[in-house]
Amino acid sequence: MMSKTFPMGGVHPDDSKISANAAIEDFPLPAVAYVSMSQHLGAPAEPVVEAGQEVKAGQLIGKPSGFISAPVHSPYSGVVKNVDYVADLSGNKAKTVVIEVSGDQWDDGIDRSGEIKRDIVLSGPEIIAKIAEKGIVGLGGATFPTSVKLSVPKGKKAEYLIVNGAECEPFITSDYRQMIEQPEQLLIGTRIMMKALSLDRAYIGIEENKPEAIEKLRGYSKEYGDIEIVKLRKKYPQGGEKQLIKAVTGRNVPSMGLPIDVGAVVQNVSTAIAVYNAVQHNMPLVEKVVTVTGNCLPVQKNFRVRLGVKLSELIGHAGGVPEDCVKIISGGPMMGKAVYNIDAPVVKGTSSLLFLTRKETARRPESNCIRCASCVSACPMGLEPYLLGKLARLSKMEELEKNRVYDCIECGCCSYTCPAGIPLLDNIRLAKASVLKIMRSRPKK
Amino acid sequence: MKNLIVSPSPHIHGPKSTRSLMTDVIIALAPAMLVSVWYFGVSAITLLVTGVVSCVAVEYLIQRFLMKKEPSVKDCSAIVTGILLALNMPPAAPWWLVVIGSVVAIGIAKMTFGGIGQNLFNPALVGRVFLLVSFPVLMTNYAQVDPLFPGAFSGHAVDAVSGATPLAIVKEGLGKGMTLSQIFAENDFSSAQMFFVRIGGSAGEVSAIALLIGFAYLLVRKVIKPHIPLAIFATVFVFSGILWLADPERYADPLFNLLTGGILLGAIFMATDYVTSPMSTKGMVIYGIGIGMLTILIRDFGSYPEGVSFAILIMNAVVPLLNMYCKPKRFGKEVKNG
Amino acid sequence: MSTIIILTVVSLSVLGVILAVILYFVAQKFKVVEDPRIDQVEACLPGANCGGCGYAGCRAFAESCVKASNLDNNYCPVGGNAVMKNIAAKLGMEVSEKLPMTAVVRCSGACGKRTAVVEYDGTASCMAKSALYTDSSSCQYGCLGEGDCARACKFGAIRMNAETGLPEVDEDKCTACGACVKACPQNIIELRNKGPKSRRVFVSCVNKDKGAVARKACSVACIGCRKCEKACPFGAITVEDNVAYIDFNKCRLCRKCVAECPTGAIHAVNFPQETNKQIKNDE
Repeated sequence: MMSKTFPMGGVHPDDSKISANAAIEDFPLPAVAYVSMSQHLGAPAEPVVEAGQEVKAGQLIGKPSGFISAPVHSPYSGVVKNVDYVADLSGNKAKTVVIEVSGDQWDDGIDRSGEIKRDIVLSGPEIIAKIAEKGIVGLGGATFPTSVKLSVPKGKKAEYLIVNGAECEPFITSDYRQMIEQPEQLLIGTRIMMKALSLDRAYIGIEENKPEAIEKLRGYSKEYGDIEIVKLRKKYPQGGEKQLIKAVTGRNVPSMGLPIDVGAVVQNVSTAIAVYNAVQHNMPLVEKVVTVTGNCLPVQKNFRVRLGVKLSELIGHAGGVPEDCVKIISGGPMMGKAVYNIDAPVVKGTSSLLFLTRKETARRPESNCIRCASCVSACPMGLEPYLLGKLARLSKMEELEKNRVYDCIECGCCSYTCPAGIPLLDNIRLAKASVLKIMRSRPKK
Repeated sequence: MKNLIVSPSPHIHGPKSTRSLMTDVIIALAPAMLVSVWYFGVSAITLLVTGVVSCVAVEYLIQRFLMKKEPSVKDCSAIVTGILLALNMPPAAPWWLVVIGSVVAIGIAKMTFGGIGQNLFNPALVGRVFLLVSFPVLMTNYAQVDPLFPGAFSGHAVDAVSGATPLAIVKEGLGKGMTLSQIFAENDFSSAQMFFVRIGGSAGEVSAIALLIGFAYLLVRKVIKPHIPLAIFATVFVFSGILWLADPERYADPLFNLLTGGILLGAIFMATDYVTSPMSTKGMVIYGIGIGMLTILIRDFGSYPEGVSFAILIMNAVVPLLNMYCKPKRFGKEVKNG
Repeated sequence: MSTIIILTVVSLSVLGVILAVILYFVAQKFKVVEDPRIDQVEACLPGANCGGCGYAGCRAFAESCVKASNLDNNYCPVGGNAVMKNIAAKLGMEVSEKLPMTAVVRCSGACGKRTAVVEYDGTASCMAKSALYTDSSSCQYGCLGEGDCARACKFGAIRMNAETGLPEVDEDKCTACGACVKACPQNIIELRNKGPKSRRVFVSCVNKDKGAVARKACSVACIGCRKCEKACPFGAITVEDNVAYIDFNKCRLCRKCVAECPTGAIHAVNFPQETNKQIKNDE
């Protein structure tokens, strides 16, 4: 069968999945952990514990504030040292519960047995409530509260549930490891979300460079015939929400629109597994699979890490920062964030720590645009990055809006492909933010 | 611990660079260069060396002493211009003509606009057209020169076509009131001969197959998109075909039109020049059609026997408009007042 | 022959008359009635279209002046009092004089005074940098040094000092339009009273960290010690969020605070040299 893909643009970076064969290991518990209250998109959670209070693992320590928000649970048992402001990986300070860890006592009602529970007893609305209660957020990187995404707004209808296993970013293998190590949990998690959306079909999209995962999940086709495994072409950004929907359903999400506008709901593979754990085992989201990788590292690891572990501890476990490494990235090399503060804690959105050498990551010296149109061919949104980049430097906001700068998904294909080494996305990203600000400030008609 | 680098995403870069792209173009031009050297011998080598050296030198000198900035000759674009200029010259042209062409190509057509990426017109073509207009006799003097291996072509009708390109012969013949069948009867223009190697013509256009090999290389390496050359070929074929059907004695057949003159060289290497061609595929197709139409119009109704250079330059001027009005297909419908 | 000439002349004349009539009616129909005073006011303005007044350009400012009942809320920072007086005269309104302002850079954390903690490798833009992380040095409030303010300035009044990595304002060129204030993502630049003979006193730091942290980050940071607050006889200094601020409307330029400041974060500019020494001796 042909692999499906999105029609325009995209680039083919070397997939570098060098940590693909490293089985997931449990990361040891830290002595002190820093559990941030803003681990999700939207309003930060409000801490409900005080200094000196004893907590158990799985206990609620931060309650959501606002509609788009999520609760935070303690991943550890121990004593709350204090509630402080701790810098995240960009150096921005966020309210954080600092816990001195002792032992591993879990809260009552949390099932840690690990046996596979196939029967879904909860009803649709109960499932959504459970997901909200357990603090599940999109683990693909955006960390948007999953319960909000599964609550279809009035007037819209969900027709497609797509589970995103594309993992199109080079290097990252956390989703891949979970797909082959917990295939049935993934499938049950998908079914749970199908029930929440009252759908009878779902799709799991996986890039063709992960044949074992496709094979493994297709092996369950007898029991889970209602979940179709879609093989996707290896092309970045195959896992971009709009691109994935186009590849699987053939539908175009409108400009400035949401997937639900074309009846699609997209969830990440690890989100589906977290949903399974929450609904079937009453397990809140307190841990995360994080890939620690890089060509300069002696060992490649996939760790199951409790939230709140300092990145520097992960780095230490991987043998420290190698001599030739100059940049550490949280996430993939195309869209990940460069780490500014290595003492930042692991949060729900952390999916990988990538170590790059100067040779791999150094920016090219910038030269004149040769108008080769590589960026135009590479843009998966059909934009003209060369033009947007130029307009952005000149701050021509009206022209930028006319040329739909707001459609940019910041995938980085343009900067990646530019032979002249022009930092197109750097400039476009800034312009997009300003244009969106202008558009939002306008009175709605 | 040493300081880490922090920068916006993406954190990796693809393999392409301006230099690698230009190197690919040079490699793609290699077969055509080899054929011209093999066929025209020392004079072809002189042309190529003079072209490359003078283009690079002019670019270096201007950037170093007039623009006072770091010369960018390392990006190899001046080498490409030099080769293309040399391949567009008649093999018998004197070396100093190439030097003048290079000064015009790089100095006027490229550097006055601000260097690579800024020029409106294809530098090599501006150089060539300047020479064609200023030195018409030298530029149309297709006198036979000594091949590198004199024995290799003894079987061909060297005497019959010495001195002129097939297009010039046709134009001249038509001017004398002859019909095409009479002209073709006097000269040996078999398609096979033109496809592999023929005599009259500028250094780079003698062998269609060599140019097509270069085209294939560029496509495989994804240096260019096929839209522009294919649009030109299709337009030339269809448009000249219609004229030919209307009056076969007055207008040459489409295959003859495709294989003669600079159509192949122009369509593959000159029209696809990044800087002076449109950015969107829609624009590329319109641009290609424009070049095809103008070429045939100039050939069949103009006073010059050959029109590719002029056609490309005219369409170069339209490129900014094409870029403005031919936008790529955007992803997703636009939502008003979103 | 003559018939042809006559015919041509007649037909062209008729055509001309018809078109003229059409044009006349179109012009009447689509006539835009505009207050002629808008043009007059616009003529008074500097025409820089800098947006310093808060309007999109000089034309928009002129329109708003004409519509407004008084000129209290309209002020052209570029033209200053002279231009405003002109406008007031044109419109028959009163205008109160405003003190001249200038842009002030409130960061002295030059290279060497702050320790660099990361390297930046991206497009030269403070905005891009601030979106990525707080700063490449130990101080997250300080100048990012990529020169967004210098690029925003339409009067060439700001340039980046290559040695210190900080922007410098040329007071003579600065029109206090506020473009740099808007451009700075760190909110370092402030419009302050130019002061008599351009003399002014200001706190050249915006670091909100606690004293010890701020001092560790930068040797010339304000540490919020409140010494200046106590020293000020006019109550012009307030310390909020660990950073002192001098209200330029209350400040009488006595410079007692300058002498008190333990880190030298308070700057007094354009005072004669001797007086500076004198103050130090008085201590």
